[in-house]
Amino acid sequence: MSDKSSADILSRRKFLGAAGVAGAGVALGAKSALAEAAKPDPLITEVQDWNRYLGDGVQKTPYGMPSKFEKNVIRRDVSWLTASPESSVNFTPLHELDGIITPSGLCFERHHSGVAEINPADHRLMINGLVDKPLVFTMDDIKRMPRVNKIYFLECAANSGMEWRGAQLNGCQFTHGMVHNVMYTGVTLKTVLDEAGLKPNAKWLMLEGADAAAMNRSLPVEKALDDCLLAFGMNGEALRPEQGYPLRAVIPGWEGNLWVKWIRRIEAGDQPWQTREETSKYTDLLADGRSRKHTFIMDAKSVVTNPSPQAPLKFKGRNVLSGLAWSGRGTVKRVDVTMDGGRNWQTARIDGPVLEKSLVRFYVDFDWNGQELMIQSRAMDSTGYVQPTKDELRKVRGVNSIYHNNGIQTWLVRASGETENVEIG
Amino acid sequence: MSKSVKAASLALLAGAVLATAAPQVHAQQIATQAAVKTSSKLGLGRPALPEEIKAWDTDVRADGKGLPPGKGTVKQGDALFQERCASCHGEFGEGAGRWPVLAGGAGTLTADRPDKTIGSFWPDLSTAFDYIKRAMPYGNARSLTDDEVYAIVAYLLSMNDIVKDENFELSDKNFTSIKMPNATAFFDDDRETSEKQFWKKDPCMKDCRNAPKVTGRAISVDVTPDSKAGPKVD
Repeated sequence: MSDKSSADILSRRKFLGAAGVAGAGVALGAKSALAEAAKPDPLITEVQDWNRYLGDGVQKTPYGMPSKFEKNVIRRDVSWLTASPESSVNFTPLHELDGIITPSGLCFERHHSGVAEINPADHRLMINGLVDKPLVFTMDDIKRMPRVNKIYFLECAANSGMEWRGAQLNGCQFTHGMVHNVMYTGVTLKTVLDEAGLKPNAKWLMLEGADAAAMNRSLPVEKALDDCLLAFGMNGEALRPEQGYPLRAVIPGWEGNLWVKWIRRIEAGDQPWQTREETSKYTDLLADGRSRKHTFIMDAKSVVTNPSPQAPLKFKGRNVLSGLAWSGRGTVKRVDVTMDGGRNWQTARIDGPVLEKSLVRFYVDFDWNGQELMIQSRAMDSTGYVQPTKDELRKVRGVNSIYHNNGIQTWLVRASGETENVEIG
Repeated sequence: MSKSVKAASLALLAGAVLATAAPQVHAQQIATQAAVKTSSKLGLGRPALPEEIKAWDTDVRADGKGLPPGKGTVKQGDALFQERCASCHGEFGEGAGRWPVLAGGAGTLTADRPDKTIGSFWPDLSTAFDYIKRAMPYGNARSLTDDEVYAIVAYLLSMNDIVKDENFELSDKNFTSIKMPNATAFFDDDRETSEKQFWKKDPCMKDCRNAPKVTGRAISVDVTPDSKAGPKVD
């Protein structure tokens, strides 16, 4: 290890001395293979079944699934959150994933009237309102347009919303799992709008879904023409039904609710519509009783996914801290990590692609001596925005704004390695 | 030059280039084809017919644009609400079980636990019409006539004390005269000014604070899945 390695810096810092939590090195259950090497390992010395007998043939699973040993890597819901599972949400298992691409089958779901089942041959997209020529497109029409491939995060406006009043849910899947990041294939929204021809007084668009909620939202025309897509593919294949098959809106960096699924209609107008999802919902109530509306952008945010309550530390010595950061305002420039509750910070190592309005993956490789840790991460984006603490956010907004909680998360790693969602003061 | 003449002459030029088919003009040929593409529409899709637009374009804007002709009274709305809505939303819009509360909550927006209903929170009446017509009743959307939607909205106005007379009739004619109590309490996203302090050049890296203490723990709340009880979240 070089002197510059972050691990050495961390282990030398003795950051917890002042926190008064003298972990006396409690023995952990798991031991490394090296420690047990005195006795021959039967997994090596005895021939195993998979080393002797034939495995499955090539067509056993024409569409493959993960190993049965990964059966815990699933979306989970929180039944008390909502009155009905058809207007509800589930959560991406962030603590089980790595890199930046979310597997399609694990992307969190948020529906308002369940998953619409639509044969793409029956799907229509209408453009009407303030356009030169109202049009109807089939999916075949859309697939004849010039295509683009883009990787973006989609974060629900309500991600971490249950945490406004304090630590409530024990696991980053539940506190931060209303986010996913995939590669979309589709056409630019501009391509489709240009076919109809927007009139000069068209300032807003209304996007509408084909599901039973017929979800509708108003979108400023400048954003639509800037970087929005209509996507029919994700991660190289067709959209999953629960992600809007056969067609969805992609509104990079903006709150997930605007990414209308099963999109069937776009109307151009000269002012916003004030739909239910931009008045009753997705408005942010402040302490003085007034509410922000059109809070479209998702601000810079990050979370340490490992260790976390669902992924405790198992080993003393060498460990990998891993996490995700993202910003709706641009690219993630830097992620800092603290292990002593924000007293001292070090800059984490970002590995993998750093793309605009996409998740980035960060790591801190460190040695753990068994002392209690208070782990936090802090993202900075290309605009200079620095992820605030929850208390800093509460000072401006109070605790009733439901949406847009991008406050810094704290994990308490106890001497046993068990990890808890906590708030610190 | 008109658009079509321009497109035709570009097409001719492209044809001439193709005819020469010499390797050295290949780049020019590609450039010419690209020019044809960007200067004209793709020609995909077909015109939307008025009947089709009418079938899907049911949205109603805050200024009343999109309201269909129709009318309904509070009394009519009461009867419809009891039949079509009350099993989830309660007889008076008070909400059954965990289903949404539609009435009441006036003056609670600064309370510790605000009660955000149509009457206490929603800025525009048009939203109620648009939403009920497109998405309610839950599980049987698009099943109400326009007159029924007017009547149900009239009933909700009455349950929220915004109209007092049970004979009040709401219609496309008087719809925009109704003012919602919380109409003026919304303002556009101002984070870039009100939260300007979050754009910090150099966040603290060393000796940034006193020794932290744990002030709250999720395990004491104990509502992580498998538990059925928990706070209400929108």
